Amino acid sequence: MPKIKLTIDGKPVEVEAGTTLLQAAETVGIQIPHYCYHPGLKLAGNCRMCLVEAEKMPKPLASCVAPVQEGMVVKTNTDNVISLRRSVMEFLLINHPLDCPTCDQAGECRLQDYYMQYDKIPSRFHEEKVHKDKMIDLGAGVMLDQERCIACTRCIRVCQEVAGVDELCLSNRGDHVTITTFPGKELSNPYAGNTVDVCPVGALTSKEFRFKKRVWFLESTSSVCPGCSRGCNITVQHQESKVYRLLPRLNSEVNSYWMCDEGRYGFDSVNDHRVLRARINEEGVSEEAGHEDALVELASLLRETSLSEIAVVGHASETCETLENLQQFAKNSLKSRYFFYSRFDPPHPYSDNILMTADKNANQKGVDQLGFKPLSDLKSAVGVLVLRDLTGQEMELLDRLQIPVLAFFAVNESPLCTKAKIVLPIPSYAEQEGHFINVQGKKQKIVPAFEPRGESRLVTEWLNDLKDLLESAGQKKKIAC
Amino acid sequence: MALVLTNRVGLKDSHTLEVYKKTGGYASVEKLFAMEPGTVIEEVKSSGLRGRGGAGFSCGLKWSFVPQNIGKPVYLCVNADESEPGTFKDRLLLEEDPHQLIEGIVIACYAIRSTTAYIYIRGEFDLSYRRIEQAVKEAYQAGFLGKNIFGKKYDLNVTVHRGAGAYICGEETALLNSLEGKKGEPRIKPPFPAVAGLFGCPTIVNNVETLSALPFIINEGALAYRKWGTEKSPGTKLFSVSGHVVRPGTYEVPLGYPLKDLIYKDCGGIPDGKKLKAVIPGGSSVPVLTAEEAEKTFLDYESIAQYGSMLGSGGVMVMDEDVDMVWALRNLSRFYAHESCGQCTPCREGTGWVDKILQRVLNGGGTLEDLALLKEISDNMMGKTICVLADSIAMPVLSFIKKFPADFERYVRSHSAGGKMRILG
Ligand SMILES: Cc1cc2nc3c(=O)[nH]c(=O)nc-3n(C[C@H](O)[C@H](O)[C@H](O)COP(=O)(O)O)c2cc1C
Ligand code: SF4
Ligand code: SF4
Ligand code: SF4
Ligand code: FES
Repeated sequence: MPKIKLTIDGKPVEVEAGTTLLQAAETVGIQIPHYCYHPGLKLAGNCRMCLVEAEKMPKPLASCVAPVQEGMVVKTNTDNVISLRRSVMEFLLINHPLDCPTCDQAGECRLQDYYMQYDKIPSRFHEEKVHKDKMIDLGAGVMLDQERCIACTRCIRVCQEVAGVDELCLSNRGDHVTITTFPGKELSNPYAGNTVDVCPVGALTSKEFRFKKRVWFLESTSSVCPGCSRGCNITVQHQESKVYRLLPRLNSEVNSYWMCDEGRYGFDSVNDHRVLRARINEEGVSEEAGHEDALVELASLLRETSLSEIAVVGHASETCETLENLQQFAKNSLKSRYFFYSRFDPPHPYSDNILMTADKNANQKGVDQLGFKPLSDLKSAVGVLVLRDLTGQEMELLDRLQIPVLAFFAVNESPLCTKAKIVLPIPSYAEQEGHFINVQGKKQKIVPAFEPRGESRLVTEWLNDLKDLLESAGQKKKIAC
Repeated sequence: MALVLTNRVGLKDSHTLEVYKKTGGYASVEKLFAMEPGTVIEEVKSSGLRGRGGAGFSCGLKWSFVPQNIGKPVYLCVNADESEPGTFKDRLLLEEDPHQLIEGIVIACYAIRSTTAYIYIRGEFDLSYRRIEQAVKEAYQAGFLGKNIFGKKYDLNVTVHRGAGAYICGEETALLNSLEGKKGEPRIKPPFPAVAGLFGCPTIVNNVETLSALPFIINEGALAYRKWGTEKSPGTKLFSVSGHVVRPGTYEVPLGYPLKDLIYKDCGGIPDGKKLKAVIPGGSSVPVLTAEEAEKTFLDYESIAQYGSMLGSGGVMVMDEDVDMVWALRNLSRFYAHESCGQCTPCREGTGWVDKILQRVLNGGGTLEDLALLKEISDNMMGKTICVLADSIAMPVLSFIKKFPADFERYVRSHSAGGKMRILG
């Protein structure tokens, strides 16, 4: 590709031919405000917020669509450009309902942000605003307020270009344009949640998230979606050990700017149905227990058996680090060479050639690399230690072989919670550090958003204490929890 | 006087193939096929024919932008969407001489090496539609369209497509979107249609009147065409005159013709002995002229530009002394607010805002600040959008207020004085 040289705000810039002015400006740290432009979508050039001036050009240029030209002298910050932005802001706001106090977008709204940056003058509009429908349920958990829409068409393009479907369109003309689905149809693609992310204003909001939390209260943590083997990069937004929403995070090699709805809304396993205290099950009676009691009980159970014939069962959705620890524990403390794994295997897993894979486990490659075997290969054992969960079939297998579940390291409630002798709570992916290896073989890091909830502890911590207990051979030893 | 475009207008059954052929129709074809396509383009270039859809861009030059041999088909789209208020000249050509247009299509397609043409016709045009549809059918039957037209090694298919009544579909790239089955909204340029148009292929969009001039140019030669008009605006042009004239209608005159003569001689002047107040010379989108300017200007692209207006589509709207210019402007603003496709912020919001202010002024609620605001809104719309529809209302607003300040001030003054207002519109 030939290079083009130009100057933007006095800075020399050299970029490939075909680069737009807006992108060229970004390479030298100059941000040009924009609504309709989205780096992951085709160009629309309709909002006109990105207008800039170029010497010898009679009219201002929409920098998001205008390609660089050799020797161009571009200015993005003259008084004239600033007044162009102010005028676009004024136009955008004349018919806008200004619902900010009750609008879920407040705090992350481009209208608010740019108003403060570029406009900040009282309205000169004294007419009746155009009224449109509010609170329209578009389907797929997306709510539309037509009055707040600035007709940037990002949502239309996301459906077309990411999900590959024509589900949204602008109907009507002039200031009566409205986003809508086709008559009698709903928004129903599995990537619909991305429309809410790309909507620069409060026109599209998420049914799941709206009115739950003002965004400025939320903390953000980088993570990876555990929903399938794609491992879309995400930001976990949370407060006080509760996840409020997941947002896709740019990774051009994995998920670009997007994620699927299944992953996006799949965080209730972090917030709900959690096992937060250890339990001891004895003769059909389940009792909650402290760390120490549960561990002591487990240690004595283990000592009653032949340690080396105990099998450990990891899970294809656990991190590489947890799996490694489990394996080390089996090898070193149990002297066992039986490491198996379980995996989520929904009957009809949805997959496509966009992002979603049929493997609904985040780390199949991880269990494979460590040499864990599918649990269906298990022939005999005196007992098993199980991580996270088992499938119904796997539980039947254990019943058939009469193998007791000695311990269950649980994130969420499961039939195993009553079946296992000891239940030990462990944190979800949002509460621990580690890595998943995705379908492409990329090792991706997750970061804890908050401390392990309740009395849950990392698998490593449980196993270290258990190891100590086993090594102290029967002596009652105080363990630090 | 025999001119270029309207020689058959008024003849009985002028729209039929029979009459067309009897009066010299399809005569250019032999000459055409003896020429190289490139030579045809050169001939049209040297005729100086300029696009009659509004912009006045050199027809031959536009054709020469079509890239050849890139492995994609080339299309011709005939812009018969004529919806500009005050403009009804293409309708005359479609109704009275549809074969002349088809002959023009053959010439254009041959020149740009296209074998497929679409005629995009305004949905409300009923007789025009029936006439052109009939003419296309006749041409197919006669072997003038279809395979090996006129017995030559050349195929040409023509399809007539009816629009659904949106003014914006006359903008060439909105037309292409509409033809592709998409929402009629203008595309960002570049790329221009000549490079990437219909279905992403090189496409020439030409106005009905532009194409209808081609048979004459090929038959008689570029020089004969240049017999009329001025150096920079050669040839003849249709003007559809409406409003306060005795004989409204469509007139073909040489470019450079005095507007005064068109109004007072051809159209019989202003009825009831009233005085001329204003003229919109080129369809509703162009700046208005005062009576004084109108009586001085000539009808060519350059002369009109001297008075700050444009020849546009040639829709001449004549207003007598009784016309309330605020009311007239509001009439236009209502149209543009309704017809803005709504994609660009300044146009979508600006057209509606201007219309609401004008409505309020008309209803007696205007102030002097409103006039300043109208000017500022118009400035903020002009030249900042994807197509020029925004300019098409901004220019009238600016020119109406500038040239007829008294009309506007009368409204806002009496409001300030608490006077009783006339409610119009
Ligand atoms: C809002 C708008 C409406 C237009 N409507 C028409 C129309 O109805 N007919 C037409 O021929 N050109 C119309 N045009 C001009 C076309 O975009 C285009 O310039 C023309 O069809 C080119 O043909 P020509 O070169 O033969 O003039 C319109 C332009 C705009 C911006
Ligand atoms: S979209 Fe933005 S500006 Fe509009 S009401 Fe919501 S927060 Fe306020
Ligand atoms: S709903 Fe949002 S994303 Fe869609 S066009 Fe309106 S403002 Fe843009
Ligand atoms: S200027 Fe108006 S009509 Fe033209 S593209 Fe923009 S919004 Fe549509
Ligand atoms: S960002 Fe360039 S026009 Fe919208």
